Amino acid sequence: MADLSINFAGIQSPNPFWLASGPLTNTGYQVMKAFDEGWGGAVWKTVGDPIINVGSRLGSLDYGGRRMMGLNNIELISDRPIEDNLREIAEVKRKYPHHAVIVSMMFEAKPAVWAEMVKRVEDTGADAIELNFGCPHGMSERGMGSVVGQVPEYTEAMTRYAVDVASIPVIVKLTPNVTDIRVPGRAAVAGGAQALSLINTINSVIGVDLDTWRPIPDVDGRGSHGGYCGPAVKPIALHMLSSLYNDQTVGLPLCGIGGIETWRDAVEFMLLGAGALQVCTAAMHYGFRMVRDLTEGLNDYLDERHIARVEDLIGQAAPKVGDWNDLRLSTSFQMVARIHSESCIGCNLCHIACDDGAHQCIGRIPGQIAPVVREEDCVGCNLCSLVCPVPGCIEMVPVEKGPVETWRQHEARLQQQQA
Amino acid sequence: MSIELTNDSQLTEVVPPLTRREAVEEALRCYYCYDAPCTKACPTGIDIPMFIRHIATDDLVGSARTILHSNILGATCARICPTEALCEGSCVRVKDSHAVSIGRLQRVAMDYVMAHEVPTLPRFTDLGSGRVAVIGAGPAGLGAAATLARLGYAVDVYDRHDVAGGLDTYGIVSYREPLNVSLFEVDVVRKLGVTFHLGEVIDAARFRQLREQADAVVVAVGLGRVPKLEIPGEDLPGVYDALDLIEQTKTRPLAEINLGRRVAVIGAGNTAVDAATCARRLGAEEVSILYRRDESAMSAYSYEYEFAKQDGVAYRWWTLPVEILGSSHVEAIRCVRTRVAEGDVSSRQSPLIRVSGSEFLMPVTSVIRAIGQEKEISLWQAIGAEMHDGRVVVDDVTYATSIPGVYAAGDCLGRPGEATVVQAVEDGKRVAHAIHQALARQAS
Repeated sequence: MADLSINFAGIQSPNPFWLASGPLTNTGYQVMKAFDEGWGGAVWKTVGDPIINVGSRLGSLDYGGRRMMGLNNIELISDRPIEDNLREIAEVKRKYPHHAVIVSMMFEAKPAVWAEMVKRVEDTGADAIELNFGCPHGMSERGMGSVVGQVPEYTEAMTRYAVDVASIPVIVKLTPNVTDIRVPGRAAVAGGAQALSLINTINSVIGVDLDTWRPIPDVDGRGSHGGYCGPAVKPIALHMLSSLYNDQTVGLPLCGIGGIETWRDAVEFMLLGAGALQVCTAAMHYGFRMVRDLTEGLNDYLDERHIARVEDLIGQAAPKVGDWNDLRLSTSFQMVARIHSESCIGCNLCHIACDDGAHQCIGRIPGQIAPVVREEDCVGCNLCSLVCPVPGCIEMVPVEKGPVETWRQHEARLQQQQA
Repeated sequence: MSIELTNDSQLTEVVPPLTRREAVEEALRCYYCYDAPCTKACPTGIDIPMFIRHIATDDLVGSARTILHSNILGATCARICPTEALCEGSCVRVKDSHAVSIGRLQRVAMDYVMAHEVPTLPRFTDLGSGRVAVIGAGPAGLGAAATLARLGYAVDVYDRHDVAGGLDTYGIVSYREPLNVSLFEVDVVRKLGVTFHLGEVIDAARFRQLREQADAVVVAVGLGRVPKLEIPGEDLPGVYDALDLIEQTKTRPLAEINLGRRVAVIGAGNTAVDAATCARRLGAEEVSILYRRDESAMSAYSYEYEFAKQDGVAYRWWTLPVEILGSSHVEAIRCVRTRVAEGDVSSRQSPLIRVSGSEFLMPVTSVIRAIGQEKEISLWQAIGAEMHDGRVVVDDVTYATSIPGVYAAGDCLGRPGEATVVQAVEDGKRVAHAIHQALARQAS
């Protein structure tokens, strides 16, 4: 059995899977039930001055007969009295001392408020604080949430309010609704944060009802932009995660969030730099029990590769993600598609995709089921292998075409020649 | 002959409809192949991936429009097409899972528009003008009439029956295709502007009249009756032509049809399965299919064979009826055992010999002949069309006969092999376009 336990910025957890702050960490009942099912930790639904919510609150992007490939919500932070939340947090921590309990917080920009609230949270025995600088709806209009995360100066200042008074680690949760995630990340570092978590939800309108022409979710005929999450946002999260991991000036532990549904997603997040993981949509969709696929799958993956500790995965693939200018140019290195005709079922999707959407290099031969790639014209874009419904039928084969040369090297060479 | 619509409710469809939910799930299994093998395997060339995609996106009207554009009898074909031999048999998913249920999906779309609204069909851009007479209101005649009407022609369809639809109306058992499906399709064709003249037998004189009045004539009179067994006793009451029996189930109250307890069906093709399963539903307790060869040589599709067996029909292979016995009604059938004299057992061409001393007597209350259909040649002979080998001679491409302006479509072409509704519809379409081109040439 591989060691799944983690030490994330000093926070101990039996495994890297935490419930993200959200509707599923609203009560002690939920969090204790989740721990019983096998979750390693939980980030309590954001504590702040109680708010009043609206209904309905959630909208789904369905795809190909599957529900909730993407989820959007306009629910706000906790609508429960602060005292109730703090009492239940303390109870959970007392009963589950070895699980990670992190409290998400959101307050207005007043140092005195932060000083008082951080103390009260610490008194519960919680392991860490997560600053919610990310919610893109409702709270941002009141000067909190993503409006803080979008302005580096606010991020730094607010982080400092918390860090200055906290004796437990402070994690800053970043909003993806920015042009370059590294800028607020660096601001949080400057403010003294001990770790970062990302991504929070993305600005979104999930849809319109075709019969009523009302937006979804529908609040008495009106809607509002909400926060988008679920499997569909994973690529955005992976990009932001890896760019922060690779940023020399950040250097903090990163907690990955955004569309994690299976152990496979978890491995990818960790390889790109996540030291802990938060899950929300998938557990809201299928219930807390789904964590068993995450832990068992992750363990089996590690065992198969004789990797002793899950933390050995962290960041292993991140250095390979970088600047486009450092990629080998097609004049130097190329991929070409090769169709294994024996497994081709004859759907012709590769042919039409290449012909209409790519580089017109997959032809058909009368009387033959499998299309044929004209390798000299193939640019190695991958499209055919992506649309092919048969796993392994279209292989992308690397072809060495010349000495290693990237765009950066190419430019340098041209400048040298001119000089 | 009137029709008995209420029988539909007593002979309920064997294949249940897919629910909308099932349909969407099934539709999502389709890979949306380009230049799809299913479409190429469909004689009418329905854009199957497109109609399935419309189902997946909940546009059932668009789905039905796609189907009807290529096959005006899409509702019939959704039910009775040998899909395993055509579209579903060539579905790419046979290779990685199992075929998409194309036939049942087609039925979802067609059922929807039957219950709601018939979509307007795409316009043909190059329209013609003139008058065309179509003889026969069966699948080929309807296919031709619908296409010609959409091409701008005034079309008159003539049929000897009181109700149009031909085989679909009179020759398909209701538990495969309810009568109202065929009537719906006739109505779709009528609404395209086609005029029906029913209960009219076309003889040589009337044919000449029609030929003079119209710019072209399509002959689509189908096949004839089931041939005689040519054995003693087959004129006794209680001996049925399978197609006559099926027609009775669609034109008479079922209670009036009494086959008795023990029924023998002669022949092992798809019509024999219809006759046998029909007899079961009419109350016969023991139904046997007698065939002079064995299952390796029978012409019924494998799913038809399964259907018959599940219905409790018993097969007696290597059994040849030689005499039907009875004083005033069928009482028994005398059979003899057969075997292949030489050659491949599974070939219907291998000669048979009777096994001496193998005769036996089966007590039966009815006998149903289902040994194929006679070619319909009387009209061809009467109008003097060139014949060869018992078939009308036609142009390979246009199906034009030797008589100028007269075309043949459907089963009356007398092609060898299994006759299908879908092929008949395609014949009708082909002839319609051929007429359109010929008349356009004349006009220019």
